[in-house]
Amino acid sequence: MTSVKLKLKDSDVQKLKEIALSFNNEAGELINVLHKAQEHFGYLPAEIQEVVAEELNIPVAKVYGVVTFYSFFTMLPRGRYPISICTGTACYVRGAEKVLDEFKRILKVPVGETTADGKFSITCLRCVGACGLAPVVMVGDKTYGRVTTDGVKEILKEYENEE
Amino acid sequence: MAKYKMHMLVCGGTGCHASEGQMLFENLKKEVQDNNLENDVQVIATGCFGFCEKGPIVKVIPDNTFYVSVEPKDAKEIVAEHALKGRAVKRLLYFDPVRKEQIPDSKHMGFYKKQLRIALRNCGMIDPENINEYLAADGYEAMGKVLLEMTPEEAIKEVMDSGLRGRGGGGFPTGLKWQIASKNHADQKYVVCNADEGDPGAFMDRSILEGDPHTVLEAMVINGYAIGATKGLIYIRAEYPLAIHRLKIAIDQAREYGLLGTDILGSGFDFDVEIRYGAGAFVCGEETALIHSMEGERGEPTFKPPFPAQSGYLGKPTNVNNVETYANIPVIITKGAKWFSSIGTEKSKGTKVFALAGKINNVGLIEVPMGITLREVIFEIGGGIQGGKKFKAVQTGGPSGGCLTEKHLDTPIDFDNLLSVGSMMGSGGMIVMDEDDCMVAVAKFYLEFTVEESCGKCSPCRIGNKRLHEQLDIISKGNATEKDLDNLRNLSNVIKDTSLCGLGQTSPNPVLSTMDNFWDEYLAHVNEKRCPSGVCKDLIRYEVIAENCVGCTACARNCPVNCISGERKQLHVIDQALCIKCNACLEKCKFNAIAVI
Repeated sequence: MTSVKLKLKDSDVQKLKEIALSFNNEAGELINVLHKAQEHFGYLPAEIQEVVAEELNIPVAKVYGVVTFYSFFTMLPRGRYPISICTGTACYVRGAEKVLDEFKRILKVPVGETTADGKFSITCLRCVGACGLAPVVMVGDKTYGRVTTDGVKEILKEYENEE
Repeated sequence: MAKYKMHMLVCGGTGCHASEGQMLFENLKKEVQDNNLENDVQVIATGCFGFCEKGPIVKVIPDNTFYVSVEPKDAKEIVAEHALKGRAVKRLLYFDPVRKEQIPDSKHMGFYKKQLRIALRNCGMIDPENINEYLAADGYEAMGKVLLEMTPEEAIKEVMDSGLRGRGGGGFPTGLKWQIASKNHADQKYVVCNADEGDPGAFMDRSILEGDPHTVLEAMVINGYAIGATKGLIYIRAEYPLAIHRLKIAIDQAREYGLLGTDILGSGFDFDVEIRYGAGAFVCGEETALIHSMEGERGEPTFKPPFPAQSGYLGKPTNVNNVETYANIPVIITKGAKWFSSIGTEKSKGTKVFALAGKINNVGLIEVPMGITLREVIFEIGGGIQGGKKFKAVQTGGPSGGCLTEKHLDTPIDFDNLLSVGSMMGSGGMIVMDEDDCMVAVAKFYLEFTVEESCGKCSPCRIGNKRLHEQLDIISKGNATEKDLDNLRNLSNVIKDTSLCGLGQTSPNPVLSTMDNFWDEYLAHVNEKRCPSGVCKDLIRYEVIAENCVGCTACARNCPVNCISGERKQLHVIDQALCIKCNACLEKCKFNAIAVI
């Protein structure tokens, strides 16, 4: 944990302190603190975890243990347009795997990673509860339903000219 | 509500939201305004109607007209025709594929006919963001009755007599759970609502919270009074933003009306509710894991006893119930245990909400009385299999349940019957599969899920499930022997017998039930190195059928790896060495000239 790759700005540290304080620096509020921190920073790298540990007066190992336990928390930055493919059972039986393969093939990144230009990242999620629209893909907050392998190109095309 | 002549209910659930339901809602409001109908027609965004397959849905009251697959641009016509001229917009009515006719109202639709809505009674009926609508639908009446007229013991007895069993999966008698918690004395006790719905393909709890959040709050107050707890916590998935949003509104409104807080309704009883967020861990549906998660720890389960009723959240007696269980409580109190226990089977009373999904015509959320058969659910309510294909299996209970077949279709659904045929009720996911689904691949899919979601605390679950998944992978690649199948079964039984919590104790169920019911399919993978459903990629190949190929080049043009060659109007050939089995050629061919062999 000593090799610092990312140097947090003073204002970032200050923000984290504020978040921790808003939960009275209580160790039991760790998950809520992490939710807020991820909401603000987009991801939870080791450096952020260290500040959180310090503020809540708990070992960094415990923070790391919690961050890696829950799938909602990520230590890697997501793409500007995070793509989430639902791989819940309903989507699976309606062909989600083929859709996922097509995204991986076109973007040339595996699940959990971000394209070199930082534009797209691919993640899988389990059930957004829109099973009537299976298979479902989300790009950011936008939901696409009944996606086919052909539809993958169409979806990506929408973001072609976006930065 | 009486002053309006017409109400237009627009589904505001997550599914319909995703298909521009919000814009439709706004367009309808605007059209009503533009036509100066604000005093006659009320447009409301409600919770889920359940018929997600055909969303977005608009229901018009009083005539119960049920519009399906409505687009935002249809708002103009609906207002102009229906509101102004009193004529239904025919093209938006539901077309019944079985009866081959349009059905004007929801009461006559096959999807709704056999349903009985208790937990979902207000979903799709009221505006979930307006407490007055809940109050108008007899909301908080049960709470008033319990707080002002009943003793805690009487409330527990009522729930016990109703025969209500936990809807989250286990089926433990709710009244008994309350009684145990009430008998453990402490300075502080807690009531927890488990809204960490992690079962993939299930969205019952989400729909209730989105469509009728107050019913859960009301039930939690009753629960608190019954066991002597003054604090309630709702543990909900962070992946459910809409449900969280509506729950927060509901809590604020209930506080404002004095239905939460100190001295509720002058009864002297204090109770308040807080929201806690999950962060994506299936195992947190297990109550001890859930409690650890609420304490800011990793969501790992611990050995029971001590049960949460003895030592739960922060070491205090805690009662954990699921969302759907709570949604039944107010009705049980107002209509009585006797009424509730008259519905259902001998040991499973009341109704159950199922999320019907997969290869079925009417995907959606349904609530049916216990004792209904799988056949009625799949073929009458669900409208049968998509595309006229053949029914193969139905998976109930999510990753903990099993795959049931044709021979189980007439089994009356209840907790015990499903267990006895090798599956379980679970939280209510019901995924229908057709002849194109490979059961080995399905079992592998579920194990992949379990491996990912195992918390890692106990080794049978952590290591055993990983080995099960590896074995299934070997089978799906055609590299296994019959001996491996024996090992698979043995290991499954060991994991079931020795795992610490419900996750590991049930995770081999998809393997065991598919082995029991589709043994031939396993043998085909092992002995003939063949996948009968044409799913397992290593065991299939795509071929051009010479007599059907007209040389249109559609397949070659769409092949992502350019492995199909052939001149125009000539027979095409697939290079097997390059083919990635993506299925694109088969989807594109209009002449049935591509086959999976």
